[in-house]
Order: sequence, then structure tokens, then C-alpha cells
Amino acid sequence: MMLPGGKPIRLCVLSLASHLPVVRAAVQKTCELAGLGAEAAGGVVLGVDEALTNIIRHAYKCAEDRPIEIELAVLDDPGARALRIRLRDYGCPVDPAEIRSRDLGDVRPGGLGVHIMKKCMDSVEYRQAEGGGTVLTMIKNLPGADERGNQ
Amino acid sequence: MSNQDSPVKEIRWVGRAVVARVAGDIDLNRSPQFQHSLLALLDERPRRIIVNLSEVPYMDSSGVASLVKLLSRVRKSGCSLRLVGLSDRTRSLFEITRLDHVFEIYATEEEALA
Repeated sequence: MMLPGGKPIRLCVLSLASHLPVVRAAVQKTCELAGLGAEAAGGVVLGVDEALTNIIRHAYKCAEDRPIEIELAVLDDPGARALRIRLRDYGCPVDPAEIRSRDLGDVRPGGLGVHIMKKCMDSVEYRQAEGGGTVLTMIKNLPGADERGNQ
Repeated sequence: MSNQDSPVKEIRWVGRAVVARVAGDIDLNRSPQFQHSLLALLDERPRRIIVNLSEVPYMDSSGVASLVKLLSRVRKSGCSLRLVGLSDRTRSLFEITRLDHVFEIYATEEEALA
């Protein structure tokens, strides 16, 4: 299933925590259009929300006027259907080698975002963007035509 | 962060237990108020705190972090913390982060009060 118009959906929001519900609603709807079931869609929404939270907190250090670009696309290659989410920020660069989940046995507030993103997505990849900032690409595999009813 | 109304909509005492009813999404925008309201419950020295999340359709890791902080304070103060009414989504978040084994989670307020 393709997104309406067969083209990616692109959004640009400011680094405002109060805008997160709007992005979550857009991602939720995109997941539905892409054919994801409720549970998987909930995971994608959570994963994107955690990624945006990290951008606001760490890349932009809670500044509320910085841009975040969001692209939602369905990759409809035969045998490799997937929802691709790209988040682009222009904040402090992130060293991909330093981004990892923390020990969950250590019960303390914070530091769970990356772990959640990796659990909810099939692939999470950071790279430094040309011109500064970071591009985060997350992939969620979509069910094949014969599996859709079970997702 | 914005200074919205607290997600804690009602506080009710049942004996020496206090029940906090929470409503709405708990995300980066609302978790500061959520945490502030929850930690303030300790000022009244309850024996047990029950957080009713049945009207919370969505929670992210910042909401979970607020509850972990409350749990830490609760343990130091010698009282207990019980969570009630987790939606499927919120329960899934607790499972992903393996906190479903750390918190006492009940289906209803009655069970949590027993």
C-alpha cells in the first residue's frame, strides 16, 4: 500500500514539545495508510516520539525555535516493503558510536529513548549530515499483502 | 518547557493511601508537571500512593522517568507505590523497558487499595 499520491510526506516542525502530539497524530495516520496494525503502529509512533524528544533535549538543548524535518515514506520494493522515517536536525552533532541503549537493570530515570527506538523499529541509523546536524533514519518493515490481515 | 495544567486531575484519600487520577497524554511537554504533582504527594506522608493511569492513552519515556523518580523517593520514605489502569500502549512501554517487573501494577483501584 502506498501513501496518498505515492509520494513521501514531509513535515517541518519547530523543536517545541507542545507540537509533539501533532507529529504523533501524523505518524499514526501514516502507519494506518501504510497498512501497519495497531500494535506496530503504536510502536512506530512511540519510536518517532522518543527520537524527537532526544533531538529537542540533546541536539537543540531545549531551544524551542529550531527546525526538525520529518519525512515519512513507504518503500514498496517487492519483498522489501517498509515504512522509512527520516528526521533531520541542525543541532549539536551526534557521534553514532556513542548512541547506545543503557543497562535496563539499572533502574533510574532517563536514558531509555534509544532502547525504545531500537525495540520499536527494525532499523535505527544515525549519520552526520552535510552542513551540520544529524539525519536519523528508522525503518519499520511492513507486512506483505498476505500478512496484512494478521498485523 | 511549557507550564500547562497538571495531568494529575484529582487527588483522593482513602485512609492513609492517596489516589492520584491522571488524564491525557504524558510526553515531554507534560511530564515536568506530572512529576512535580506526583512528588508533591509525598509531602502529606501517605502510607501508599496509587497512580491511576486509566485515562492516559499515551505515555513516553519522560513519563516513565517521572514514575521511576517517584518510585525512588517512595522507597526512601518507606511508603509504597502502585500503578493502576495501564492502557495496552502504556503496558507495552513498561514491558519494553522491563519496568513491568519493577513497579507494582494492578488492574483496578480496588485491588491496589486492598
